Amino acid sequence: SAVSLPFAVGQCGNQVGCRFWDLALREHAAVNKKGMYDEALSSFFRNVDTRSGDNGPDIYKGKICSLKARALLIDMEEGVVNEILQGPLRDVFDSKQLITDVSGSGNNWAVGHKIYGCQYRENIVEKLRKTAEHCDCLQCFFIIHSMGGGTGSGLGTFVLNLLEEEFPEVYRFVTSVYPSGEDDVITSPYNSVLAMKELNERADCVLPIENESLFEIVNKIHQMINSGKLGSTVKQNSLVTSSAGSTKTLQAKPFDAMNNIVANLLLNLTSSARFEGSLNMDLNEISMNLVPFPRLHYLVSSLTPLYTLADVNVPSRRLDQMFSDAFSRDHQLIQADPKHSLYLACALLVRGNVQVSDLRRNIERLKPSLHFVSWNQEGWKTGLCSVPPVGHSHSLLALANNTCVKPTFIELKDRFMKLYKKKAHLHHYLQIDGMEQSCFSEAISSLSDLIEEYNELDASKGGPRIDPSRLKIAV
Amino acid sequence: MSVVTVQLGQCGNQIGHEVFSALCSDIRGTHGLCSKKENESYQDSCKERFFCEEESGVPVARAVLVDMEPKVISQTLSMAARSGHWKYSSHSHFCQKQGSGNNWANGYSVHGPRHKEAIMDLVQKEAEKCDRLGGFFTIMSMAGGTGSGLGAFVTQCLRDAFPTSFILNHVVWPYGTGEVIVQNYNSVLTLSHLYHSSDALLVHENDVIHKICAQLMNIKQISFRDVNQVIAHQLGSVFQPTHTAGGGSGYSRNPLGDLMEALVPHPEFRMLGLRNIPQMPESSLPYSTFSWPGLIKHLRQMLIANAQMEEGIDWQVRPPHPGSSIPSTNNALHFNTSIANLVILRGKDVHSVDLGSFQDPSLYTSWLNPQDAFNAWKTPRAFNKYEKCAALVSNSQFLLKPLDSIVGKAWNMFASKAYLHQYTKFGIQEEDFLDCFTTLEQVISSYTNL
Repeated sequence: SAVSLPFAVGQCGNQVGCRFWDLALREHAAVNKKGMYDEALSSFFRNVDTRSGDNGPDIYKGKICSLKARALLIDMEEGVVNEILQGPLRDVFDSKQLITDVSGSGNNWAVGHKIYGCQYRENIVEKLRKTAEHCDCLQCFFIIHSMGGGTGSGLGTFVLNLLEEEFPEVYRFVTSVYPSGEDDVITSPYNSVLAMKELNERADCVLPIENESLFEIVNKIHQMINSGKLGSTVKQNSLVTSSAGSTKTLQAKPFDAMNNIVANLLLNLTSSARFEGSLNMDLNEISMNLVPFPRLHYLVSSLTPLYTLADVNVPSRRLDQMFSDAFSRDHQLIQADPKHSLYLACALLVRGNVQVSDLRRNIERLKPSLHFVSWNQEGWKTGLCSVPPVGHSHSLLALANNTCVKPTFIELKDRFMKLYKKKAHLHHYLQIDGMEQSCFSEAISSLSDLIEEYNELDASKGGPRIDPSRLKIAV
Repeated sequence: MSVVTVQLGQCGNQIGHEVFSALCSDIRGTHGLCSKKENESYQDSCKERFFCEEESGVPVARAVLVDMEPKVISQTLSMAARSGHWKYSSHSHFCQKQGSGNNWANGYSVHGPRHKEAIMDLVQKEAEKCDRLGGFFTIMSMAGGTGSGLGAFVTQCLRDAFPTSFILNHVVWPYGTGEVIVQNYNSVLTLSHLYHSSDALLVHENDVIHKICAQLMNIKQISFRDVNQVIAHQLGSVFQPTHTAGGGSGYSRNPLGDLMEALVPHPEFRMLGLRNIPQMPESSLPYSTFSWPGLIKHLRQMLIANAQMEEGIDWQVRPPHPGSSIPSTNNALHFNTSIANLVILRGKDVHSVDLGSFQDPSLYTSWLNPQDAFNAWKTPRAFNKYEKCAALVSNSQFLLKPLDSIVGKAWNMFASKAYLHQYTKFGIQEEDFLDCFTTLEQVISSYTNL
């Protein structure tokens, strides 16, 4: 089937990636009872005959022998990748998929993009080509990274550019973790803005994520569980923050819970491409329907429910609550309020026992309280996937192309300008070969232009004042 | 004569499966309510039309399945096989891996030319299996990328390869509040292209069928399968064998040809709507009785008032009085003018049914004699457990408003240039859009001025 190929770049990217592969295996194990390698598995995993060693041939049909993730793991420090290779996922990857170095990027976008980019270009291209060779049909690339550091941000966007050059027709989806205001990396605004320019120009779709939002969701779940209101009736494996079979508690590895949310986002995003349903939604359809103008490709995502109660019988009222929650502020994965901003487009991907009438009822119910742009008043893209996530009877992923991303970008710009005006830490960047002042001015200009596009949309509500008159036909 | 069905895209394949399922279940049923001879004749005729006989005795649907991703076809094939009563040929499908991305241009300009040979090869093989080819029936949605774009391309290829065969496109119109955001673009592109290559478009609207499921079939949690089964029932009620008037004693051998002859006198007018009565949950059937006069009366008013189903009909709407120069404004606005109508009656006592009310000249435009504008097909053999059922296929203003709405929304979006880059990158330019808009505005104008 069509393959989605993830690239985890940098520390954050690989930590999320690790959760993603773990949850993907668990999801497929829950559905695939017979242990047969099927179309659904093949979108993320190869089936390798390892009886004669790691370089065995791919098995396309029949029993599962050894599943290998289709992925590239890139980090300029060894810590995270090494941990993955020593952990329960060690057999899922082989050395041919890893690109690591030792000294890291020093939280410097220029080191990641210019130095390591240059140094590892050939290596990356070669491994990319090899990985692509194993795929019957490559539908899209995923880059998972953070914006605030050096490797994920710099090398991650370098990889993005590389993908555009080498495989121009394959869609590029980027899941980017944006730094918060209290980020302890002082130069995170520089790194993020420099990376934004690349995202503006080279990505087909970007799913921005903010740690604050993930953190708030984790806390909300904590509170619900600890308040005793739900007690033991919450299905532990249904928490959007839960790890598969991990014995470590949430306290010991707080980032795991947050990373699980992002991993679940990616699983849900690709579910309808992997599993059957009455109204399939592919990744190229998401790009087609949610990106009305090339640069406006930032999608705000929300996942519901955050957990399920053990009570399997779901009255439709609870189902409707799931839809309401998808539009509430506290379920968004960035600090944004789509309900009070302007929608250009919205996608709803439902999983589980939900039918078209449930979708229609909820769209009709929620529509009046949402503001859609004038040329897309009924702009809904919907998908129904029959297979729910593990531990749930149904779930919903909402993707919104909405001007509510604007504040995130404005804040980023402000933080950037604070540093840039004083030329703080600039020399760390300018001393890198290939970096000039213009890199900065172009990057901030690109961000400003983007903000301006959103401003215009907000101002005009996206429509010409007069209804465009139809073509007249001579009778 | 046999009809080759081409199922295109997710919708086309899902509906196609329900259609063959319904046809098969109907002929296997023992609720024919007619003589054994009549029943056998009906079964033979249906099999000749839609199925091929195999050594195993299991009827094989005369169909080609096409999709640009594998999951739906895979499901469709296995569901049919599991029924044990019919199946698809194992060599009659074509699929790819990555879909069309809801992009009409991708379906039409990229997938079409790339896979033309392979697809037409399958069609040719199915056509050759027919003793006599009666034409093609394509099933597609116009909202997505494959059914719509590739479907339009394939229809053109069918026209080129089989210039003398009839082509009927069954087109599903999506829910008004969106399944696909670019559905109005895809619809405009599809309809305008089909208009140039096919003989007629037979339309089902999701919104209408959904209402039928909710209000008549009493289904609480309506699934696409429910919608598709109602569609399949309606299509079956049209395409199962019937006797055409003056066609001799046997069942009609040329359903598509007869349909075109009855309903499409002029190439500018090819949009056909479908209504069916009665429509109810299977469990209610044993408790219901109907009279033909009642059914015919309702069906006629459904036509005149453009009602979507037998409930909520506006009985105030009346045809304009012939010869009156100033039509009563209220009625004239809502009255649905017809070019031609076809009524199909199945079941008990069909021979006694009086259809004179459908021959009322005030229902029609003035171009055809009312006798020519109206046709009736009948069979005493009951369909799908309904003791009596009547279908209406109408070339009238049924679809005018929905068509106008789709074109209006598409135009509104086009004026802002939203999403156009997605189409231009696959070769469909703004001028191409304008041509399509022009074609459809012409169609709208023609139907408005009936």
